[in-house]
Amino acid sequence: MVYFDNAATSQTPQQVIDVIVDYYTNYNANIHRGVHTLSQEATDKYEQARQTIQRHFNAKYVHEVIFTSGTTHSINLVANGFSALLEKGDEIIVSALEHHSNIVPWQMLCERTGAILKVIPMNQHGELEMDAYDALLSENTKLVFVNHISNALGTINPIKHIIDNAHQIGAAVLIDGAQACPHIKPDLQDLNVDFYVASAHKICGPTGVGILYGKEEWLNKLPPYQGGGEMIAEVTFEKTTYAGLPHKFEAGTPNICGGIAFGAALNYMNAIGFEAIADYENELLDYGTEKLSEIEGLKIYGTSKNKTSVISFNLEGIHPYDVGSILDKLGIAVRTGHHCAQPIMNYFNIPGTVRASFAFYNTKTEIDTLVEGVRKAKMMLS
Amino acid sequence: MQSIQEIQNEIIDEFSMFEDWEERYQYMIDLGKELPLIQSQYKTEDNIIKGCQSKVWVHAEMNEDKIAFTADSDAIITKGIIAILIRVFSNQHPKDIIDANTDFIDKIGLKEHLSPTRANGLVSMIKQLKMYAIAYQTQLN
Repeated sequence: MVYFDNAATSQTPQQVIDVIVDYYTNYNANIHRGVHTLSQEATDKYEQARQTIQRHFNAKYVHEVIFTSGTTHSINLVANGFSALLEKGDEIIVSALEHHSNIVPWQMLCERTGAILKVIPMNQHGELEMDAYDALLSENTKLVFVNHISNALGTINPIKHIIDNAHQIGAAVLIDGAQACPHIKPDLQDLNVDFYVASAHKICGPTGVGILYGKEEWLNKLPPYQGGGEMIAEVTFEKTTYAGLPHKFEAGTPNICGGIAFGAALNYMNAIGFEAIADYENELLDYGTEKLSEIEGLKIYGTSKNKTSVISFNLEGIHPYDVGSILDKLGIAVRTGHHCAQPIMNYFNIPGTVRASFAFYNTKTEIDTLVEGVRKAKMMLS
Repeated sequence: MQSIQEIQNEIIDEFSMFEDWEERYQYMIDLGKELPLIQSQYKTEDNIIKGCQSKVWVHAEMNEDKIAFTADSDAIITKGIIAILIRVFSNQHPKDIIDANTDFIDKIGLKEHLSPTRANGLVSMIKQLKMYAIAYQTQLN
């Protein structure tokens, strides 16, 4: 089979599976609380993983790395925290390229606080309009939220510009790195971003674990998200004092094995090297774009020069569901539908697209199989 | 009049002649390509069943004691399956529609399209057909 649904989730390498098996086989224990050796060992491994993540993203402090269940959880944590900081009339800016998980929490936040949601428009190439963004920024802007890379189109957004200009007017910036982290190694101190979120399962790690990076000063400002064990310093029936960072945001027993495996996945990816990964994936993208473009009536959505190895396309007059169904029968896994990004589909006035997303373990031969499959689907469906 | 079960058996027989998935799908696609199954005035927002992948429209009318269904979709394979479902359920008594199952879909090798994860509107469509049947049955009582 050919797996081209990497933007949804990546495959898990044996090295990461081995770490998961090793955890459950040899040192499964609850962390941070136990005095026994097994608990100590699990705690050490979990905290080592946090350090690996800190180094990978170049966060200033290890306690700026909060383990969450994934990107959506991280975004909700920040959105919930900001409900205590926003007032009526404040403005939040999001982009037209967002995933639903990046739109809905902010809409909910605006409903709760009376804040107003503004949207950075995009052009026909699927690129954000930076002039329009600059014009949206004002003294009312409190938070800017943009994805690093669009899940539906693969566009790499100019986040440095977005962050720097937001900071000039004193707004905080949250970047969703879910789609970027499989392809790029972000330097968070260099980006000077306030919040950055990602999921392990798109970077060769397991599902159900991810991170919220936040600058220490911002994480201190936000109230805790959930109450429970681990996040407290002292509890009486009169008052609870909260634990310091990162535990303040990590109520309850975390996904211990997932966190450790996340660290292992980053080690695996770094051993290959992100430059080598990006070079190879760009080669796949160019090859795939060239070969698919040769098919008459095939239109690619998202044609920015700055994009990752995602090709979103449709065949003229044919529904993406039909193309996806035929490709599935041929053993080719692609994603079809609106990719949880309905505003983008509305912009192009289409019901959805077929999305093929390549990872570093894919090959040109597999792309040939896809191209052949698309030609067959076109023949059957025309 | 053929019963729902008889029609289902007939469809299973027809599909048994196909040798592989390609022939089955080509047949579905050809069914889907036939004329629109629903009159345009019924292709309204009220009659739409929104799936993440494809949309389905369903309209029901009572003719004497039988329900006539018409339906459509924006995806052709979905439309082909709709054509089969309409053939099975349309012009039947409400009670027979309520009691009928859709196991025959498994037997003709199209099970995957009726999985809720496909989000193509078909699962909701069958539910909707049964809801209409329940509503009309209540009127008959």
